[in-house]
Amino acid sequence: MRKFQFHPCGNFKETYDRELTIFETDFGRLWMGIGLVLLFAVIPFISSPYMLYILNTIGIYAIAAIGLNLLIGYTGQISLGHGAFFGVGAYAGAILATRAGFPFWAAVPAAGVITAAVGMVFGIPSVRLKHLYLCIATLAGQFIMEYIFVQWESLTGGADGIIVTNTTLLGLDLGVDRNFYFVVFACFVILTWMAVNLIRTRYGRAFVAVRDNDRAAEGMGIPIFGYKLLSFAISSFYAGFAGALYAYYTMSITPEPFNLWLSIEFIAMIIIGGLGSIPGSVFGAVFIVALNEILSHLTQFLMNLGTGGGVSITIAPLREFVYGLVIILFIIFEPKGLAEVWRIVRSSFRLWPFSY
Amino acid sequence: MLFFVELLVNGLSLGFLYALSALGFVMIFKSSSVLNFAHGELMAIGAFLFLVLSSWANLPIVLAFAFTLIGSFSLGFIIERFFLRPLIGEELIEVIMLTVGLAVMLKGLLLFIFGGDIHNYREFLPKSLSINWGEIGIPSVYVATFVLGIVFLIVFGLFFKYSSQGIYMRSVADNQPAALSLGVHVRRVFALSWAIAALVCAMSGIVLGIINGINVHELSSVGLKVFPVVILGGLDSIGGAILGGVIIGLLETFTGGYVSSSLKEIIPYIVLVFILMVKPYGLFGLVEIERV
Repeated sequence: MRKFQFHPCGNFKETYDRELTIFETDFGRLWMGIGLVLLFAVIPFISSPYMLYILNTIGIYAIAAIGLNLLIGYTGQISLGHGAFFGVGAYAGAILATRAGFPFWAAVPAAGVITAAVGMVFGIPSVRLKHLYLCIATLAGQFIMEYIFVQWESLTGGADGIIVTNTTLLGLDLGVDRNFYFVVFACFVILTWMAVNLIRTRYGRAFVAVRDNDRAAEGMGIPIFGYKLLSFAISSFYAGFAGALYAYYTMSITPEPFNLWLSIEFIAMIIIGGLGSIPGSVFGAVFIVALNEILSHLTQFLMNLGTGGGVSITIAPLREFVYGLVIILFIIFEPKGLAEVWRIVRSSFRLWPFSY
Repeated sequence: MLFFVELLVNGLSLGFLYALSALGFVMIFKSSSVLNFAHGELMAIGAFLFLVLSSWANLPIVLAFAFTLIGSFSLGFIIERFFLRPLIGEELIEVIMLTVGLAVMLKGLLLFIFGGDIHNYREFLPKSLSINWGEIGIPSVYVATFVLGIVFLIVFGLFFKYSSQGIYMRSVADNQPAALSLGVHVRRVFALSWAIAALVCAMSGIVLGIINGINVHELSSVGLKVFPVVILGGLDSIGGAILGGVIIGLLETFTGGYVSSSLKEIIPYIVLVFILMVKPYGLFGLVEIERV
């Protein structure tokens, strides 16, 4: 039996392998195992249908947020079009499932691949453009995609949208929240595992190099355009994958949800969660979905309080206000996001009572 | 032929509106190289402030206008002091995201106070300003817009070229650490540029409000249309902003008139992508050459 590894009291890493390891200690592995057991064997059986709905939404958004974090947090390319890519994935999944008769297990990854291809098209401006300009180019991409969703009626059904049928996997009816929960979180675990491992490889290190200083990266022999495009493709793949899951979950899609607001929500997720941190993307998705639910409950509560009809209209924008405020407060006071808060809390427990 | 001329006149007036709203944007970019996503919301705040002062509080127009300008000038200071100053020296992405957050927050606040309906000013522009050529009439608002645009172009052009404050602003935009080490008061430059930009935004917001009525959604979508305009003209060029605005305005009305009205909304963005691919620094923008 090998020796257990505990937290060292300093940085004693001697090899690159140690530096790159995911779990520094056996505690990490233990918690990971406990977390997986909780996720798949406990939570789905004790949650109410409403709770399952929230968890499914969190799972879908977390996948997309991880994709966006790979692009913004690791490669440093700002994208304001992630919501549109999510929409491309949703439409691709829905069209493949209804028109081409693809089964679930083929339609969702295929939607991811199609979105990756579309994402690469919008990544092309990054050859010549850097942050400011790229940001504007992706904003234009967002509007152009929205236009296509509405106007290409023969393919997308225009404003009426598409109704997704044929939602079964291995005989399970995916319309049931609990069945869908297992599918979403199986995908979530696999995609998170892929992302965590991606950033340990040569590709991930190249992404970080491009983010930190693209000129130096090119000088060291990293073909930056290739890696930027790759980053766009991977990020869009995640968005498309999540979008297709969303299409299967809601079963009917229209162009409205995939607007600029959704892109801003995704960006809020990764800023609040923590740029350049995979767990951070998940924290951010949890935070935003929870915030959405709390605010909509609060709005309903206040609407019931106010008897006049005028009150209900004036309270609804409260949500946008709180959103903006939260983004601003995080950027000013904790730019590294919830992931950093989590790290501080954890290490203060570990160092107790001799924290410094 | 008459249809063509009508479209031309409409396009030019729309273009001048875009140009006017792009000026405030260029101000901020030129003095701090920040992309301001809250641009449309700043315009909306100015427009609503004027509405409150002129129509609801019933002040005389000149007084209301002066108070609006003072109010938005101080608003610029406040925004800079509380939101932008903590980020001096931080990464650009964080500043950009902050303005996105600011946009969402201000939009929520405005919707909360004024709702999503269209409000209107009472009539106050003199009729004698309008121009009539036979069947084609140009309303007085557009003439006022045109005059205002030209005045801004000259004033700010001279300001950036000759005044010491303008030169400080350009130096801060170009290289913050270098400007700091040469003794430029970077914080004061930032504060002043946000204040002036908020003032310009308020003016363009008022003009837009006179023409289309004041509506939060409308004004914030015009705020986003500023991007094609400034990219076409060059992000840091005031003359470019005006020319870009006119070109985009003409393009939009002609597409709406001859091709399709749904394509009209999206054509500026298609042009934007095309320009970014071919000539990313726009017509008059400063070309930054970067070689590996």
